[in-house]
Amino acid sequence: MKKAIILALALLIATVAVGCRPQKTTLDVTGSDTMVNLGAALAEEFMKTNRNIEIAVSGGGSGAGVAALIDGRTNIAQSSRDLRAEERTKAAARGALHEIVVGWDGLAVAVNPANPVNELTLVQLAQIYRGEIRNWKDLGGNDAPIVILSRDTTSGTFVFFREFVVQERGTKRDAEYHPDTMMMPSTEALFQEISNNVNAIGYIGLGYLRPAVKAIGIKADAASAPVWPTVDTVLNKSYPLARPLFFFVTGELKGALKTYIDFVLSDKGQQVVRSLEFVPIR
Amino acid sequence: MPYQQRLVTLAGYAVLLITALIFVFLVQQSWPFVREHGSLVFFTGDRWLPVSLPPVFQIGGFLVSSGIITGVAIIIGVPFGVLAAISLAELLPPGVSVIFRSIFEVTAGIPSVVFGFLGLKIVAPAVAGLFNLPTGLTGFSAGLVLSIMILPTLVSLSEEALRAVPREYAEASYALGANRWQTIWRVIVPSARGGIGAAVFLAMGRAIGETMTVLMIAGGRLAMPTSIFDPMRPITALIASEVNNAARNSIQYHALFTAGLILFMITFAVNAIAASVIVGKKAR
Repeated sequence: MKKAIILALALLIATVAVGCRPQKTTLDVTGSDTMVNLGAALAEEFMKTNRNIEIAVSGGGSGAGVAALIDGRTNIAQSSRDLRAEERTKAAARGALHEIVVGWDGLAVAVNPANPVNELTLVQLAQIYRGEIRNWKDLGGNDAPIVILSRDTTSGTFVFFREFVVQERGTKRDAEYHPDTMMMPSTEALFQEISNNVNAIGYIGLGYLRPAVKAIGIKADAASAPVWPTVDTVLNKSYPLARPLFFFVTGELKGALKTYIDFVLSDKGQQVVRSLEFVPIR
Repeated sequence: MPYQQRLVTLAGYAVLLITALIFVFLVQQSWPFVREHGSLVFFTGDRWLPVSLPPVFQIGGFLVSSGIITGVAIIIGVPFGVLAAISLAELLPPGVSVIFRSIFEVTAGIPSVVFGFLGLKIVAPAVAGLFNLPTGLTGFSAGLVLSIMILPTLVSLSEEALRAVPREYAEASYALGANRWQTIWRVIVPSARGGIGAAVFLAMGRAIGETMTVLMIAGGRLAMPTSIFDPMRPITALIASEVNNAARNSIQYHALFTAGLILFMITFAVNAIAASVIVGKKAR
């Protein structure tokens, strides 16, 4: 019995030792939930031609990615928002901070397909999220309370939407999401509730739009025509709710890290960005 | 003392030590927040704005939410669980009992994310329709699903307590002319009271600590709930959803640890009550 255990142990050690032999460089990429599918697709395409580099992509939210970068737990932080001043200082303490825009994302405002409301101005949207408009009938819809959904505070989408919509591009600095806002732990959960609930409204990345929900046309102001979120309207900048997607990296760009970033910015990488319904940088 | 015996004793102390270390770690990580921002309003307020400037951290709404969801789970789950335990221990033929018991044990092994998914797909829409609510993601829905999740704990511990009642009690009851039902309801169940009480408190501890399911179906509204049919966020869901976001040693990070410390103390108190019920019963 004891001999068998020792034999098994020896075999195990031998296997591990053999498995370790070809030296692989591993890059950790973590952050934005909006970008996690994008990151995975980019990594997969990249690893087809760079077999000696392994890329591990995970989500958790932009904040989580930036926190990991600051703590030195990741090589690349994927973020759907810019860094806050405090984060910028902390990250820069680890070495030169590189801010790389890898694509653009349109934020779609979505409701249930059975909701008769089709378009909203940015101000109306802000009033909904600040709790100043509480009933769909004030927007030409059913006489029913508005159920406001948001992504969790972990999400870059949460911060972007707060500054851009709730605070009206930073002009209403004290404005916050109404306390009745329901924080959804993931894009999937939010999507699920909108497709179940006729009275719900929420925001999701353009790449996550599916026929089970209906995108709202956004009007920059009451006089302008509504624009629906598509790759084209983001690219020609007519859709007002769009934001850049970042890679944040600290220290010198070299080796595997540089090879990967060069790939992401190349035509081939940008094709992947486009294929996931995000908008390429050129 | 033979070395095996020493090893076993050591393992016992190690468990105690690990628990103590967790507590020390929580206190240590909470201290920077408590020192600078600790005040009564942390417990009573319901504003939680972690990424605003300046940030606001108040956990009153989360504490009340945890209380409501646990309360719903216990009020719905306990009658079912205890009655099921009585039928398993006293009424069903032993062969059927064994099958039912293994089904309950399988329930205990279902991952909570699966319960969460069922809640999202089935329970929440049903609750919204039944009570005519604007959304089905409410504290009540979460409590309803939790009431099923605590059944294995309730049933197996209550059944054990019922089976531990000495047979002489039942025999004495029958000898006095009581029928089967009178014996069960007036003699066996009251004698197992302590054990059933302990089961209820352990189930309560389980309900307070449950995270994934409540994160998925309680609704995530941060304000103080005014009804059990409001969307709400219990304290476990708060910690689970934000702890990844917080940069290490930021004030949000320490605030979340403070919330964790409070949660630890609550579950510790509930489990201590359960333990004292058991010990008290033994001593009697």
